[in-house]
Amino acid sequence: MARRLLSIWFPRLASDTALRKRPVEGAFALTHRSGNTDHIHCLNQMAASRGLHRGMALADARAICPGLETRPADLEREAAALMALRRWAGRYSPMVARDGSDGLIADITGVPHLFGGEDDLRSDLHARLERAGLAGASAITETRGAAYALARHGGGIVPEGKLGDAIGHLPVTALRIDKQTAQALAQVGLGQIADIISLPRAPLTRRFGRGLTLRLDQALGAQPEPITPETELAHFGVRMTFPDPIGLQADVMAGLSHLLERLCETLARHHRGARRLRLDLQRVDRETSQVEIGLARPMRDPERIIALFAKGVETVEAGFGIEAMRLTAHVTEDLPPEQLGNGQQGNGSGLRHEDALADLFSRLGNRLGFDRVLRLHPAQSSIPERSFLLTSAAYSDPEASPHRTGPERPIIIFPPEPVMTGGLSQPGHPPARFRWRRMSFTTLRATGPERITPEWWFDDPAWRTGLRDYWRVETREGMRLWLFYTPQSPAWSVQGEFA
Amino acid sequence: MPVESVSTEALGLATGRVHEAQGGGRRSFALFQAVRNTGPLIWVLSAHAPHLPMLRGLPEGVGHRLHIVRAKTETDLLWAIEESLRSSPVGLVIAEPEKPLSLTAGRRLQLAAEAGKTTGLMLIREGQGSNAAETRWKCAPLPSGTRDSTPHCWEIIKNKRGTNRTWTVHWNGATAAFNLVSETGE
Repeated sequence: MARRLLSIWFPRLASDTALRKRPVEGAFALTHRSGNTDHIHCLNQMAASRGLHRGMALADARAICPGLETRPADLEREAAALMALRRWAGRYSPMVARDGSDGLIADITGVPHLFGGEDDLRSDLHARLERAGLAGASAITETRGAAYALARHGGGIVPEGKLGDAIGHLPVTALRIDKQTAQALAQVGLGQIADIISLPRAPLTRRFGRGLTLRLDQALGAQPEPITPETELAHFGVRMTFPDPIGLQADVMAGLSHLLERLCETLARHHRGARRLRLDLQRVDRETSQVEIGLARPMRDPERIIALFAKGVETVEAGFGIEAMRLTAHVTEDLPPEQLGNGQQGNGSGLRHEDALADLFSRLGNRLGFDRVLRLHPAQSSIPERSFLLTSAAYSDPEASPHRTGPERPIIIFPPEPVMTGGLSQPGHPPARFRWRRMSFTTLRATGPERITPEWWFDDPAWRTGLRDYWRVETREGMRLWLFYTPQSPAWSVQGEFA
Repeated sequence: MPVESVSTEALGLATGRVHEAQGGGRRSFALFQAVRNTGPLIWVLSAHAPHLPMLRGLPEGVGHRLHIVRAKTETDLLWAIEESLRSSPVGLVIAEPEKPLSLTAGRRLQLAAEAGKTTGLMLIREGQGSNAAETRWKCAPLPSGTRDSTPHCWEIIKNKRGTNRTWTVHWNGATAAFNLVSETGE
């Protein structure tokens, strides 16, 4: 059984998707800035009928059509729209791939009878596209190249074995060949595909390169050209539209709990846990407000997540009402199912210990910022300030600190603060008396020195004064301080307190 | 120096309550309480506080349990303390509020600690305590007589359920072990 391939082409994908949200009467074009000028990226039917075309400079287009309305093109949104269409086209075939930036190719072998035949399938496709406000053309043939060519030049269905006749009248440019080859073919008077089908192959290849014969063979089915269906990345997003706009906070939360339940089910099915969630609230006046939350641990427990949204939802301006909600887990992590009830139950609450702690970090992180809920991590450096790292508690695991070896370290560290010695210090010995933070101290006992040299590969402004001799100084006043002396620029400073 | 064989309970902090510590040795006292606590520790600091606990100098078993929260404003700081106290898995919440705690704030923290069955320890400046505090400790490091001793004077100056007392303790800041020095003249 021969393959049947469906090629769908969206001639005005970018402008159609842009106009779906905010329709425009009259000529409309999307502009794209390349180099120093704006060019027309995509335009609607009305603008095309006025003689505008793609790639035209915007200034020229304005001269031809003064009433032209333009918006800047959003290439990302265009790509996202095509991805969405690819997902949608899954209704016609399990094997759908993107074809270029504005087309889809689907292997519908064995599918058409489900729709009542190829004609019915195609008319179903067009009806749906029309309802969505998208211009589209499609072709069903037995090769990918022919389907591509036909979809872009009128469309239609080619029954098996009629390939040569069906695409013969199409221009050679339909064959996905590059511009130079097309020009060279035009120069020698070969305008249609039928012209080159009949030509001897060897001179053709010698003159125009392998690309042309390859494309021709692919279009005629002499060369295989498989379709690689793109792997469907699990999409963790749910939405809900309301028959009447809502404005009460409680209503939003109720809607959100429905959405969360559905989302968490999807997450559970894929063994994933959400790390960041975004709630888009679409208002009646087409404004969208967003509430985004982060979670300290991947999770999929609706009750625990919804509590974090409460604060964000409070601040949302409802305006004339919210008519649609969309909830997306845009950052997810693996979360395999875990066995519960292994003796680590929290006291009575039913929530496990580490889960409750993660909830606390989520709450703290969402209000203060996740970079402010920190954990101390050991680091490999003898420089006191860099002997530990502050890492976000939500994105790191606790690490046991290495065994205490070497000279004693203070319990509290702060940036070096100068010490007033009153010129009484002798070189090589801590000052007998000094003042620090408006307190005067008398040295009782000093242990040291411990010399620490700066890391030469790391230019730290704090260490510009050169190497340091650290002393543990016990004072008669009781404080045990960590002083250092910088011999290269003589001065004493305090950097820490001992227990 | 004779070592007193008192129960170590006396130096512990009552669970479910918020306590206060002041004086130059308050952070040592906080770490002493941290090492005796077994749960996760949360140390709430204001974002512009210059000091930080130094991981290598912390007592054994404290570093990996310690979490540091740096709050931008005083309101955020109090909120973070309250949230942490209310969360039951947390063992000890050490916090350094910058302004004196109001009566309302002090009472709210007590209620949060009761709800979460956690212990709070506010490291305050002299005279900035709240009336709601269960105990208030005045902590000062003492000069030591010998090279390898690190004496501290820990004094209860306010106690809602008990009497005020003074302890002189040798604690080296490394383990949970400590020595009590009997008071002279008692």
